[in-house]
Amino acid sequence: MSPRFIIRNYLRGLKFPFCPGCGNFTVVNSFLRAVYELGHYDLQGFVFCSGIGCAAWIPSPYFLADSIHTPHGRSIPVAIGVKLFRPELRVVVFGGDGDLAGIGLNHLLHAARRNVDINVIMVNNMVYGMTGGQVAPTTPFGTVTTTTPYRSFERPLDVTRLVATAGANYAAKWTTAHPKQFKESIKRALQTRGFSFVEIVSQCPTAFGRRAGFKTVAEMLQWFKQNAIPKEKAEKMSLEELEGKIIVGEFVFRTAPTLGDNLRQMLMEARKTCG
Amino acid sequence: MEGLLKPGIYFWQGNEACAYGAIAVGCRFFAGYPITPSSEIAEHLARLLPLVNGVFIQMEDELASLNAVIGASWAGAKAMTATSGPGFSLMQESIGYAFMTETPCVIANVQRAGPSTGQATKGAQGDVMQARWGTHGDYNAIVLSPNSVQEMFELTIRAFNLAEKYRTPVILLADEVVAHMREKISVPPINEVQVVNRKEPKKGDRAFFALEEVAPMPAVGEGFNVSVTGSTHDEYGVRFTANPEVHRRLIGNLMNKIESHKHEIVELETHNIDGCSTVIVCYGCTARTAYEAVEEAEKRGVKVGYVRLKTLWPFPTETIGELAQQAEKIVVPEMNLRQIFYEVQRAACGKAEVVALNKVGGGEMITPEEILRGVVP
Ligand SMILES: Cc1ncc(C[n+]2csc(CCOP(=O)(O)OP(=O)(O)O)c2C)c(N)n1
Ligand code: SF4
Ligand SMILES: [Mg+2]
Repeated sequence: MSPRFIIRNYLRGLKFPFCPGCGNFTVVNSFLRAVYELGHYDLQGFVFCSGIGCAAWIPSPYFLADSIHTPHGRSIPVAIGVKLFRPELRVVVFGGDGDLAGIGLNHLLHAARRNVDINVIMVNNMVYGMTGGQVAPTTPFGTVTTTTPYRSFERPLDVTRLVATAGANYAAKWTTAHPKQFKESIKRALQTRGFSFVEIVSQCPTAFGRRAGFKTVAEMLQWFKQNAIPKEKAEKMSLEELEGKIIVGEFVFRTAPTLGDNLRQMLMEARKTCG
Repeated sequence: MEGLLKPGIYFWQGNEACAYGAIAVGCRFFAGYPITPSSEIAEHLARLLPLVNGVFIQMEDELASLNAVIGASWAGAKAMTATSGPGFSLMQESIGYAFMTETPCVIANVQRAGPSTGQATKGAQGDVMQARWGTHGDYNAIVLSPNSVQEMFELTIRAFNLAEKYRTPVILLADEVVAHMREKISVPPINEVQVVNRKEPKKGDRAFFALEEVAPMPAVGEGFNVSVTGSTHDEYGVRFTANPEVHRRLIGNLMNKIESHKHEIVELETHNIDGCSTVIVCYGCTARTAYEAVEEAEKRGVKVGYVRLKTLWPFPTETIGELAQQAEKIVVPEMNLRQIFYEVQRAACGKAEVVALNKVGGGEMITPEEILRGVVP
């Protein structure tokens, strides 16, 4: 019989700093449940890297594990440094949409291209939450934020789709209205060899919801539910019909060799020729 | 490794000597992004590291490079990157991060003429102040200045040893001239190379940061549950973003661990300084022509003192101050438009006249004749 899920085995016992109703709580719970269901009864062997932002605070310093809280946008290169030197460790990156798809997008795409064996979980609250609700590369067109006081006038990026194209072995996208699917995707991601990416569209009632016109967290979750279109269905829809929708589901499964595999292969060959 | 690095006399390029020095002291991780005039360091390490079970990776930019180095350092590696001006500018935020998180690592900055793209292939010494003050906030820097191919080897080794001992980023501030020239170098037997390793924690240790003496450093994956953060933190790595005392203690200890060991860190080479009325204070490639000028002056019967700064930072304020007590004139030749000059002036406290001798552009060095004109009446 497997031991019960005991949350204190995973946490340092410090109080999370998130606002009431923040989607980050869902992310913490789903992640730790996923880890437990995979048979990890603590976080030994995991290394967490995260940049700057509310989402980046999820592991650091709250998880009872090794965690490296990096400069803004740089969690992925730090994770790559750890993974290349200690391939046996499980390296997981947490970050917000601004951290991973704004300032850090370059690293995200190159990590997917390299197919480096790390897991990246991106909490997309469609805004720069920590700094007070400025427009992000993921903000829906036409949204009022603190730096788009009339409304936003840029198109948002579908990060998961991009990461899938760039070469990830696994990429999935859900919303906080899909906690079960999200948890299953985390499990898939953790079992994937190679680069895996899970995006969760999440509510930030404090810095996004209020200005964007949502009165409650429940309203936001309702909006996620109504706007989420399963990937399979979306494939049959026109671009106009998909305007403003959130395409959810699993975007890619591959078993391509990882950066580590290719590196070791190259080294073996090099040693043969160099004696 | 013995096979890679046999003792003997070689005719190497400065950047090549840097790469071999890194291998000799145990560097096993390099991440970098190509830039003239530093690229040969990466190219040599791309060849050498795989042969000693090390990791070489070319990253997408300099931000990624230094951060990968920092990640590898926390994974237990001795790690370095190499760059030049534009890339060094991009790394500044993460140099502060490495200082704040007490992450040992080495950054070789092979200086070229700036600002901006400047003259990419031409030597200069314009990054001296950036190496000291480039990142934001209060911090202390360790910056070494090699003046020969031999020192590209030796000071790379020393850079790693200081980084490991004090758990801090160390900058090897080379220049195009020293990095690209070829000259004779003597490589000692590998077992004679001094190697310092970071202090390891004992089982049960929990305080890995901000201690008065350098704290032990665990690697990730060893069960210490270490929490590393660039935010203000206590000795356990727990963030305190508002408490003034925690910030003061952290920064105070980080500054002091370098300041209080200044006497062990600072290295100078001196010649003729006792009783000289004129002294040259120099560093890096400019020290080569300065030394020639000193020898030439001697031939003409004029004794000129010579002080070469092998460590630019921490700056030997006291030594220069004492020098100013006895000398009348201190000449500071630099391939920039006055940087260390001001530091020398500050240290001299008006006791001696401090004269700047500067030249920039085209990688042209200050000639021995130009220096002679400045020192011989
Ligand atoms: C180099 C740098 N630029 C800007 C900031 C300020 N900053 C802190 S958090 C943040 C945005 C974080 O947004 P996101 O990653 O979406 O996280 P969220 O707070 O929304 O979860 C910014 C811009 C910083 N810390 N560093
Ligand atoms: S500001 Fe938004 S994202 Fe940050 S903790 Fe509050 S609700 Fe969550
Ligand atoms: Mg965000």
